[in-house]
Amino acid sequence: MPENAIDPIHQFNIERIFNFHPLGLDASFTNASLLMLIILGLVSLLMIIGTSQRSMVPGRLQSAAEMSYEFVANTVRGTAGDAGMKFMPLVFSLFMFVFFANVLGLLPFSYTVTSQIVVTFALAALVMAVVIIYGIAKHGTHFLNLFAPSGVSPIILPFIVLIEVISFVARPISLSVRLFANMLAGHITLKVFGGFIVLLLGGGFATALLAPLPFLGIVILTAFELLVAVLQAYVFAILTCVYLNDAIHPGH
Amino acid sequence: MASPQTAAESAVVKTELAGDATHQAGVFPPFDAHNFLPQIIWLVIIFGALYWLMSRVALPRVEGILEARRHRLAKDLDDAAKMQAQAKAAGEAYDKTLAEARARAQTMAQQTHDKLHAESETKRHALDAELNAKLASAERQIDDMRTRAMTNVASIAEDTAMVLVDHLTGRRPDRQSVSAAVAATSATSAVKAN
Repeated sequence: MPENAIDPIHQFNIERIFNFHPLGLDASFTNASLLMLIILGLVSLLMIIGTSQRSMVPGRLQSAAEMSYEFVANTVRGTAGDAGMKFMPLVFSLFMFVFFANVLGLLPFSYTVTSQIVVTFALAALVMAVVIIYGIAKHGTHFLNLFAPSGVSPIILPFIVLIEVISFVARPISLSVRLFANMLAGHITLKVFGGFIVLLLGGGFATALLAPLPFLGIVILTAFELLVAVLQAYVFAILTCVYLNDAIHPGH
Repeated sequence: MASPQTAAESAVVKTELAGDATHQAGVFPPFDAHNFLPQIIWLVIIFGALYWLMSRVALPRVEGILEARRHRLAKDLDDAAKMQAQAKAAGEAYDKTLAEARARAQTMAQQTHDKLHAESETKRHALDAELNAKLASAERQIDDMRTRAMTNVASIAEDTAMVLVDHLTGRRPDRQSVSAAVAATSATSAVKAN
């Protein structure tokens, strides 16, 4: 079955490592769960073990931890202001989780957690839940001003409100689908190019000569995917900040 | 990178297809609803743990480190500024002391100079006085000698006049008339000479 050997979708299969069904719920430990656990371990290694010395002059790991912190802190402060810093742990956890998931997914034999729509949607839903709960708790009904910008004439106001509501509802979808689709498409492309190499090598001498071409493509694409992985983590974090900013300061 | 991955995965595919028949074939794995629940459950557990670790342990610690460093830098800069101010004050005090010492040295030099000048002045005056006294005594001596010489001149003149009169007249004049004549003559000559 050579077409299975190069099946570019196979890499997204969820494989159950331990079957586990408490209360009739399927909570099996899968390859994706394993990667999440590895992400947790690596982020903790960087942020907790790396900073355990509390050096005045930081070492490599502590420098990396401080840079991660300052990068996210600057993003939060730049987008949502100083009031947004209370969401720093959330944005930081999201950024580090997505960043490590995306980058680890590029390693061979690994698994891309963020290529699962359910994972990215859960993260986006968490962000929107925080936005709505904080917005209503902080501003009450005033939070609804988010949908009715001030200074709009009453005639077009219903349309504006409709558009604002649609754009608000679309946010968790766009936030989750953007990350999911980027990861999915990139990994499929890499696998397709990998499949080309196998097919060309197996197709006889003449086609085998062409095999280095998709290999070159893979090299370039891998670099590009690394960029996308980092960029999408940043995009996820900064959009989270933008949405949180709406909850902090509703009514444009 | 991709070639071994594909090769290894092809092996996985074969075992999977052989063993895992419960999965529906043809469903795109990310959209397979069977996988949603385990994913969400583990995501909640692991992301919850990550959030807890970051918010309770990692971020406060990093904040503490950065705050401590900022504090330390501010303190060091402050100390440096203080020390600079101290150094400047010390420099000013040194300059002041130097200026004072110079002024004192100048007044001392002036005083010494004045004192020496006064001493030499008094010495000179004393010397002058001594020399003047010596000069006066010498002049007095000369006067004495001259008057004595003058009296001698009168007696010589008397003797000479007596001898001359004796020779010319052959008779010896008396001493009183000769000395009167000599005195008169010398008085008129003294008047003439003057």
